[in-house]
Amino acid sequence: MFSVPESQTTTPVVALVGNPNAGKSSLFNSLTGSHQKIGNYPGVTVEKVSGFLDLEGVRVECVDIPGLYSMRAVSADESVATAVIEAGEFGQRPDLLVYVMDAANLERNLFFFSQLCEAGLPMIVAVTMTDMLEKEGKKLDVARLAGHLGTVVVPVVAFKGFGVAQLRSAIASALRSPVVPSVDVGFPEIVTNAVGAVREAALVEGSELDPVLVRCALLDDPPPSVGPVPPSVLVVLEEQRRHILGRSAQGKTIDAQARYAWAAGVSKDSVEVVKAVGKSPSDKIDRLLTHRVFGLVFFLAVMYLVFQSIYTFAGPLMDLIDGGFGAMKDWASAMLSGTPVLQSLVVDGIITGIGAVVIFLPQICILFFFIALLEGTGYLARAAFLMDKLLGWCGLNGRAFIPLLSSFACAVPGIMAARVMPDAKSRLATILVAPLMSCSARLPVYVLLIGAFIEPQYGAAWAGVALFAMHFVGLAVAIPVVFVLNRGVLKGRALPFTLELPRYQMPRWKDVGLSVYSRGRMFLQTAGTIIFAMSIVIWALLFFPRSDEARARYLSTYESLPQEQRQMFTQENYVAQQQLRDSYLGRFGQAVEPAFVPAGFDWRLTTGILAAFPAREVVIPALGIIFSLGGDVDEESGDLRDALHRAKWPDGRPLMNPWNAVSMMVFFALCCQCMATLATIKRETNGWKWPIVAFTYMTALAYVFAVAINWLGGVVS
Amino acid sequence: MDATFGFEKLKKGMKARVAAVLNQDPDTVRLMELGLTPGTEFTVTKIAPLGDPIEINVRGFRLCLRRRESDGLRLELVK
Repeated sequence: MFSVPESQTTTPVVALVGNPNAGKSSLFNSLTGSHQKIGNYPGVTVEKVSGFLDLEGVRVECVDIPGLYSMRAVSADESVATAVIEAGEFGQRPDLLVYVMDAANLERNLFFFSQLCEAGLPMIVAVTMTDMLEKEGKKLDVARLAGHLGTVVVPVVAFKGFGVAQLRSAIASALRSPVVPSVDVGFPEIVTNAVGAVREAALVEGSELDPVLVRCALLDDPPPSVGPVPPSVLVVLEEQRRHILGRSAQGKTIDAQARYAWAAGVSKDSVEVVKAVGKSPSDKIDRLLTHRVFGLVFFLAVMYLVFQSIYTFAGPLMDLIDGGFGAMKDWASAMLSGTPVLQSLVVDGIITGIGAVVIFLPQICILFFFIALLEGTGYLARAAFLMDKLLGWCGLNGRAFIPLLSSFACAVPGIMAARVMPDAKSRLATILVAPLMSCSARLPVYVLLIGAFIEPQYGAAWAGVALFAMHFVGLAVAIPVVFVLNRGVLKGRALPFTLELPRYQMPRWKDVGLSVYSRGRMFLQTAGTIIFAMSIVIWALLFFPRSDEARARYLSTYESLPQEQRQMFTQENYVAQQQLRDSYLGRFGQAVEPAFVPAGFDWRLTTGILAAFPAREVVIPALGIIFSLGGDVDEESGDLRDALHRAKWPDGRPLMNPWNAVSMMVFFALCCQCMATLATIKRETNGWKWPIVAFTYMTALAYVFAVAINWLGGVVS
Repeated sequence: MDATFGFEKLKKGMKARVAAVLNQDPDTVRLMELGLTPGTEFTVTKIAPLGDPIEINVRGFRLCLRRRESDGLRLELVK
């Protein structure tokens, strides 16, 4: 039986803590297997990864705390992590910390350990990477290390399963009889004397002060409060602070120096150099892969492969899903032909909505397969190293490369991939500009309009140029947007960009599989629900109001049309057009037409844009219906192109010309007509604020650019 | 004569020592927490193709950092 503290009668919580890259996630996977859930800490973007393990019949919750270098948090993410450890915010204060310590990087790991000891929590140590250490010709004396740290130390090599059973039983016994380790890092005498003086002054006044807190009050800047003490104690504190720091105010230097001196001593005493080894294989590989020419070539090749995989290789799978849902629609359509409203709800609402969710799975799974692979081998960090300068100047960093590149295929996996960025501020900036990258759903719009208005007039060469240029519009706009976001909108400071290039290693397929599985599931569960709900709403707006009387009216209008007009479209397509025009969405399109006239769009184009809110490519079938051609048109359709050419404003001017064709393309390049993107931003930022911001700023930009281009067209021609 | 210099002067293969800490802003404190305390020696192991960031070997591990985010530290050359 575990001794259960009074304050909690629920499941005990064990938290895995440690430096980034210490092997925490791998150990977490070994401990919890697939029993894990990935969510967010309430109200923040920081990911909460937790799972359960069964220890001798007792269920224990295991939380993987994001990697930290120090308990002194710099970024918002780090504050969340330290708050979870220290105060048990966002849930329960952990009952036990398992400190994951990288044996091959002992000094820095010991530094953080010495800080964590001051949190006053029971803690045991799992020491990883002992195999790496041996490759460097060194050997760790576990017993000596345990002696220095004053707690249990268990060596583990997670992916080989070595030591995991021992760690489990160490966790079980530490929960039964907790040990709070404490180490004396040996602060300089001037500091310990000052701590003594302050505590003595407090004792005289009858209050006992925590020595750690007093030391922080003496060294930190700004100093934390030592609590409610009489003014005389504060006077002594201030005196001693001045005495130590003088005018230099280098309190944190003193603190870091003392801890690192201790860490270096422990490391030297616990690690034995067995034999000298030359350059490691990792170094040899890196000579090539971070080389100024070959490194960049290799990088481009890898990125090309990743991009092609989501842009092209996902295609057959997506076609398969499309085909499957198409067949399902046909079947349901036939089954429900007796009840038109139900038929439309099931076919155009429910099945279309589910299809709109599932269609993203291939791209998400393929992208996360590659990210897990690149991360697992150690190449992801190299990619960030190579690209940092390129992205850094506008406020992003090297890690943003993959999310942004992926967004050229689809913003949904791209936004999810922004999780590779540990810093909340740069991650949010990346998420907010990712939808500006020209994704594959914009392509049909470009193909339709370039094919209809650019190619016939200016030839194939200019059509190619236009298509190419459209892919740069979003990128070009993204740069100033990031600039503004970083300067004015996003609060908090960014972490300084630090990165470790881990040793190259074979990917662990179990970790890769788990990553793909959990990302896919997470998308379906959270973003998927929102996408589905929005699909139903859009369907209702396009379907209602609908009545038999109205249909009869449309039919009689059709009969009374002149013969040559009736030849241009079938009765069914005409009715569909009328129904769309009179639907809530169609009425809305007519109501807001005046706002879009400056951009060169009449109510028909406007309604097409509005109907494309679920996804940009939906504008094609929407325009098909609006121009009485039915919804079965595609971007290559000659009929739709002809219809756009023939369409006129009420005063007889042609509706479209190359200028407002470009203005419409630019509108689609910059707008955020994609509910999957918005749902994913909601999921990733854990709230509606940022999806609303993204939608608003992108729509505003799209509108302004569209109006400007149309105006320019009016001036020039 | 002041023989100290900043991170912008570092070249691949150079060996340097942290000579002084200029301030206590979060970026600089983070570098100290990563092991770059006064007196610590390190070598420059890589420089990214575009000149920044750089990778150094300090206290037995490899750390990449940006030159301009490291200007709170002054260095001296180790012969």
